Amino acid sequence: MNTRAELVSLLRENARYTTVDLARMTGAEEREVESTIEALETEGVIRGYSAVVDWRNTDDEPVRALVECNVTLDRETGYDDIAKRLVGFPEVESLRLVSGEYDFSMTVEADSMGEVSRFVSEKVAPVPEITQTVTHYLMESYKEHGIEFDGDRDDDRLSVSP
Amino acid sequence: MKISERVNQVPPSGIRRFFELAEEMDDVISLGVGEPDFTAPWSAREAAIDSLERGKTSYTANRGMRELREAIAGRAATEYDLDYDPDEEILVTAGASEAIDAAFRAFCDPGDTVAVAQPSYVSYVPGVVFAGGEPLPVPTREADEFRLTAEVLREAGAEEAEALVYCYPNNPTGATMREEHLEPVAAFAREHDLTVLADEIYADLTYDGDHTSIATLPGMRERTVVFNGFSKAYAMTGLRLGYALAPPEAIQAMNRIHQYGMLSAPTTAQYAALDALEHCSDDVQEMRAQYDRRRRFVLSRFAEMGIECFEATGAFYVFPESPWEDAEAFAEALLEECGVAMVPGDVFGAGGEGHLRVSYATGLNELREAMDRIEAFLE
Ligand SMILES: Cc1ncc(COP(=O)(O)O)c(C=O)c1O
Repeated sequence: MNTRAELVSLLRENARYTTVDLARMTGAEEREVESTIEALETEGVIRGYSAVVDWRNTDDEPVRALVECNVTLDRETGYDDIAKRLVGFPEVESLRLVSGEYDFSMTVEADSMGEVSRFVSEKVAPVPEITQTVTHYLMESYKEHGIEFDGDRDDDRLSVSP
Repeated sequence: MKISERVNQVPPSGIRRFFELAEEMDDVISLGVGEPDFTAPWSAREAAIDSLERGKTSYTANRGMRELREAIAGRAATEYDLDYDPDEEILVTAGASEAIDAAFRAFCDPGDTVAVAQPSYVSYVPGVVFAGGEPLPVPTREADEFRLTAEVLREAGAEEAEALVYCYPNNPTGATMREEHLEPVAAFAREHDLTVLADEIYADLTYDGDHTSIATLPGMRERTVVFNGFSKAYAMTGLRLGYALAPPEAIQAMNRIHQYGMLSAPTTAQYAALDALEHCSDDVQEMRAQYDRRRRFVLSRFAEMGIECFEATGAFYVFPESPWEDAEAFAEALLEECGVAMVPGDVFGAGGEGHLRVSYATGLNELREAMDRIEAFLE
């Protein structure tokens, strides 16, 4: 595996690995690791780093909803135009164009259900190309970004074995 | 009750003592574990579940399901260029352990000598004794990166032995042997007419190129029994499935023991293994890539701490020199004071003294924490 691919895979696993540890794991020089990550960032391969949070263990769980949106396109307006407008809203946490029953899948985050509803009805629904929205509130999260929240973290192997 | 001479001859395993020490403590990071920290690939688990749902709960043929033997033969052919007849030359067993035990019993007459390359997996010496044979330790040297050489075989007097048992990639050293290293060992075996029992259970966990089986060398296939299994590369330790590849008369002899002692390997596990061979090579590659990163990480941390360690290139162990002269005392102190468990090398026989077996079959965060603790302990 080349160092680029290896670094991407390692940082996806844990963005907090230090440069030194990344160098140890890949066998590359620290300087090479640094410059490769820098290149990955400037080329827009790595777009950012974030934490995977299990909100149940906090007091300030935001309200999140998955909003399905259907749109109609015309000669002047494409998916990208609509997407550009939607990603501008700070409430939109993720936006994806998907195949199937509806067009966009959007995750919305706000402080209360009221805020989410208002956002969808006052900001999203009025976008002229949007023909329909369906809002699903997220009730419980079991796995995010590949990390299981109630994953069995206990190592039940024998502590010393042949 | 009278206990047999053979059993009394074998002392309790040195691993056992460390296990008991470690069990008494909380918050231990164990680098003493000889099994993967991954779970068996989902597809293999599903095949096992499916076989149960369909009620496949009977014995199989003594030698194992025909389909599985064919898949094993297919893998040996594609991976190592070895052709084995699924009907005559393959025996499916309950773990490689059972195959190894059956081989000792099939090839040893009372008093026969079996040369055991050491440091080695802890079961060989007792296995030979239980079979009525005489184990002959063949200590390998760190200067040779713990590879078996014709020279150490000669020094140990292995030309008198009937058989030679070894494992590469090695538990506990992590050493591997490439074709150029195997040649002289093969020549020695041919010259002195030794049966070679080659434990290749870590074959898929080789980090410095492809694994070479000694059975592929000229004149070796007819005198070699290859052991392999699903415990390590497929993370299927608890399913207990392994196999042996050998010429017909050897498989016949081992099967005679197996058919009375075991009847057949666990059926559910055979279904899981069949699926593993057919669908799980990507899982193996991914696990290997992760082990490889951890291997580099651990080797580099030891180097930074000034702990001498040759570059282990196989299995999931490294075998550093103990920072204290007495490796056992060091391992005990490290366990008691820092909660890091590793196994002193002399447990694995001659050549292991003054070393420690460190398993990196554990998550990177734990490995990093363990290395930090060791570093702090040494300061
Ligand atoms: C070299 C070697 N051979 C065989 C075994 C046992 O394998 P199995 O689980 O297939 O019986 C082990 C397990 O630690 C091992 O290290």
